[in-house]
Amino acid sequence: MASDALVSLRDLRVAFDGVPVLRGIDLDIPRGGAVGMVGESGCGKSVTWLAALGLLPGRARVSGSVQLDGGEILAALPATLDRVRGGRIAMIFQDPASSLNPVHRLGAQVAEAVRLHRGMSGSAARAEAKRLFDQVGIPDAARRLDAYPHELSGGQNQRVMIAMALAGQPELLVADEPTTALDVTIQAQILDLLNRLRRETGMALVLISHDLGVVSETCEEVAVMYAGRIVERASSDSLFARPTHPYTQGLLAALPPLDGARQRLAAIPGSVPDPRQMPAGCAFAPRCSHRMAACGAEVPRSVAIAPGHSAACLLSDVQELVDA
Amino acid sequence: MLRFLTTRIFRALLTIVMVVTFAFVVLRLSGDPALLIMSVDAPPEAIAAFRASWGLDDPLWEQYLKYFVAILHGDLGRSMRDGRDAIALVAERIPATLALTLPALAIKIAIGIPAGIYAALHRNSLTDRVVMGLAVLGFTVPSFVLGLLLVLVFAVQLGWLPSGGQESWRHAILPVITLGAGGAAVLARFTRSAMLEVLGQPYIRTASAKGVPWRAVVRHHALPNAAIPTVTIIGFMVGSLIAGAVVVESVFSWPGVGRLLVVAVANRDLAVVQCILLLVAGTMVMSNFIVDLLYGALDPRLRQARAGGNA
Amino acid sequence: MRDAQLLEAKDLVRRYSMRQGFLGRVTEVTAVAGVSLALDRGRTLGLVGESGCGKSTTGRMVLGLESPDGGTVAFQGKPMPKPGTAGWRAMRARMQMVFQDPLGALDRRMTIAEQIAEPLVIHGIGTPPERAAKVEALLRDVGLRPDQGARYPHELSGGQRQRVVLARALATEPALLVCDEPISALDISIQAQVMNLLVDLQATRGMAILFISHDLRAVRQVSDRVAVMYLGTIVEEGPPDALLHDPRHPYTRALVSAIPHPGKTGERIVLQGDPPNPAARPSGCAFHPRCPLASDRCRSEAPTLRDDSVDRRVACHHPHAPAVARAA
Repeated sequence: MASDALVSLRDLRVAFDGVPVLRGIDLDIPRGGAVGMVGESGCGKSVTWLAALGLLPGRARVSGSVQLDGGEILAALPATLDRVRGGRIAMIFQDPASSLNPVHRLGAQVAEAVRLHRGMSGSAARAEAKRLFDQVGIPDAARRLDAYPHELSGGQNQRVMIAMALAGQPELLVADEPTTALDVTIQAQILDLLNRLRRETGMALVLISHDLGVVSETCEEVAVMYAGRIVERASSDSLFARPTHPYTQGLLAALPPLDGARQRLAAIPGSVPDPRQMPAGCAFAPRCSHRMAACGAEVPRSVAIAPGHSAACLLSDVQELVDA
Repeated sequence: MLRFLTTRIFRALLTIVMVVTFAFVVLRLSGDPALLIMSVDAPPEAIAAFRASWGLDDPLWEQYLKYFVAILHGDLGRSMRDGRDAIALVAERIPATLALTLPALAIKIAIGIPAGIYAALHRNSLTDRVVMGLAVLGFTVPSFVLGLLLVLVFAVQLGWLPSGGQESWRHAILPVITLGAGGAAVLARFTRSAMLEVLGQPYIRTASAKGVPWRAVVRHHALPNAAIPTVTIIGFMVGSLIAGAVVVESVFSWPGVGRLLVVAVANRDLAVVQCILLLVAGTMVMSNFIVDLLYGALDPRLRQARAGGNA
Repeated sequence: MRDAQLLEAKDLVRRYSMRQGFLGRVTEVTAVAGVSLALDRGRTLGLVGESGCGKSTTGRMVLGLESPDGGTVAFQGKPMPKPGTAGWRAMRARMQMVFQDPLGALDRRMTIAEQIAEPLVIHGIGTPPERAAKVEALLRDVGLRPDQGARYPHELSGGQRQRVVLARALATEPALLVCDEPISALDISIQAQVMNLLVDLQATRGMAILFISHDLRAVRQVSDRVAVMYLGTIVEEGPPDALLHDPRHPYTRALVSAIPHPGKTGERIVLQGDPPNPAARPSGCAFHPRCPLASDRCRSEAPTLRDDSVDRRVACHHPHAPAVARAA
């Protein structure tokens, strides 16, 4: 257990109306590190962080441990959580246009965060908001402070969201699919911006995406999730050089290649299981071409394959099949 | 802005004209004022004289034209019952109606909106269900039923409050409650769904994620957005300040504009009815217009349609 | 051979009028500003671009769903009839469209078998037993089981719904299929399944496909030829691999370098600014405000789409300028 990790998740579980959605997440976020979380719909990658920050609706049942700098924040008092949110861990979301309040000016929304976490008010807060706008690369910042969200494009709104997230000078930024709703060239700009901000502020980053490519270029470490569990975790290079879990292999094979002969993609058959009807044992087994009888008996534990690289698959020990 | 104003004013006037025309035609086709105002066994010559003096023998379109021209001169006709100016008759009743509808509006807003907000914030809790249950009762029970029930309980059985008339302020209590109940119910339900819709929006989650305390999220982020649709309903209630008490005034024998309307329709007292309708249509249209202007103030997205893209 | 060219669109133009606010100043937005493309029988043309480039509008004009304000569309050598006419309705059997949102494209109240059979009913094809048999065959062709025909759309997954949409589109055996972002709303593994399916269906049925997408990876996978659009015009056109490895237009270069890919290294070109606003077209070359190579000529003179080498067309004044590492 890394004792110098900024954030540690241990056995984090979430259930909605009795249906388990997150089935035990163990993850460490190193200080200043960049961790990517990849998976398809329903895998729980967003729910993990919403649960950690207490942002899930009341009917969600959350259990486990979330430690920030050694202090437990799961189910902390609301006043404590309010200080953590934005002040130590900030989160930005997928659709910037609907994630910003349509009736408040952008400068006011950013200044609100500045006031909450930095103790500034009035014109000092506004000046800081402008500085943040400059830092995230919004042109004509002074005028944009008085604009409304609907007056700006998606890319610019996402920059505003990032500025708002930085306002509290957080140690960790969780970006939940920040570029999914944006055009590819704007995506490049935003990812570039996130990298630059990390270098400038030393902030840690959790990047959640369904796009393996996005995650591989920005993150040092990647966790692949399926049906509420982490099925493989490795450094970015290691994951793409040696994908071990059949699901990871399947995801990589499903990506259309940019070179080489054009051939049929090796698509994973079937689809993600309904959380209410989760198969016993390994959730991926029904779709796995390597499945064995034992896969249906129990949930595979995470096994270390190499330093810093682990996979939750019964076949992880078996060398020949791993390299398939 | 100018274009906006002229279109709205034009549409407002058109609405008023349509309302008055409709009433004009229906009233004249549905009964003979002469027979209703003078009793049935009045001599035929008297009835004929009555009809002639009020121009009721002229063709319909001619009557309409004369009426229209008269309105443009500010003359809304006279009551057929007592010959007084219709405008004066109606105007003297307005304070009585407002004495009921204004307090009722205050009740609707003061009870309905907080109840709706509370219900939304505590969705599916016992309080929510109770409040919504009461709300359903409030707007399904017709106002005359509620009024009569209240009279039965408080005036007849308990004898605490008077059952009709306008003598003292205590006479106003039951009618105001009857009027306020239905509106509070509607407003509660509506506010609840507007709040729920807003609370489900992504920007509320963003505000929480920023570290804004929940009370401030509700007050500062949710309410201003929920106010936008709620303003429509309140505008409607303001618009019916004059006409909204027709049934209640009848149940409680309250001498307001509503009672006057009922009596005038029964008698086919044409000028009075049309005068009241003109007033009602005008009030409604005016309040809708104000609501439209308010929208622009509340929702920046409506202030100017974008041509698409960056500002 | 003229017959081989199934679809030929020449100099398509499409403008919309938009009113700005209550003041009523009307602005003209040019969504498509002169697009020409050709599609052969049994081939796939990929149309790539970002928001505001006009690719969806082009797709609709090609199908005859909208009348172009300029230019012509010819299908199988004959001009496209105006929308709503009997001739146009008859053409629907020969060309179909597949959209991004499969749930929105299906009627909630009809079973999927009924929906797949609907085009046959509308065009009066076959007797009821023949239609039922055809529906079964179509379900199998798209990888669904015939018994799933009795299901309703909300009972299926996203990928299954898109298969249903494809089956319905293929019911009348069209010669042309226009797919507008058919996989963007699906999970990655399902995207792969649907891409495979499209390629298979084309191999067996021989229809032409216009594949519209913002995803260059997907476009490369399924297309024989790719056209890149920017602000209503085609800026580059050629075979997918050539375009990906040797992009000539600066926008194509930026687009290619922006593709996130695992294990990718090297400098990435990051364009400044936002995707352009079609209501405010820049003068000269539409790309010049964001182009690292922009010169005076670019600001005043719009380039035309010209043959650059064998099988490649580019609309740029400097197509062979050395690649600029960062436009930052």
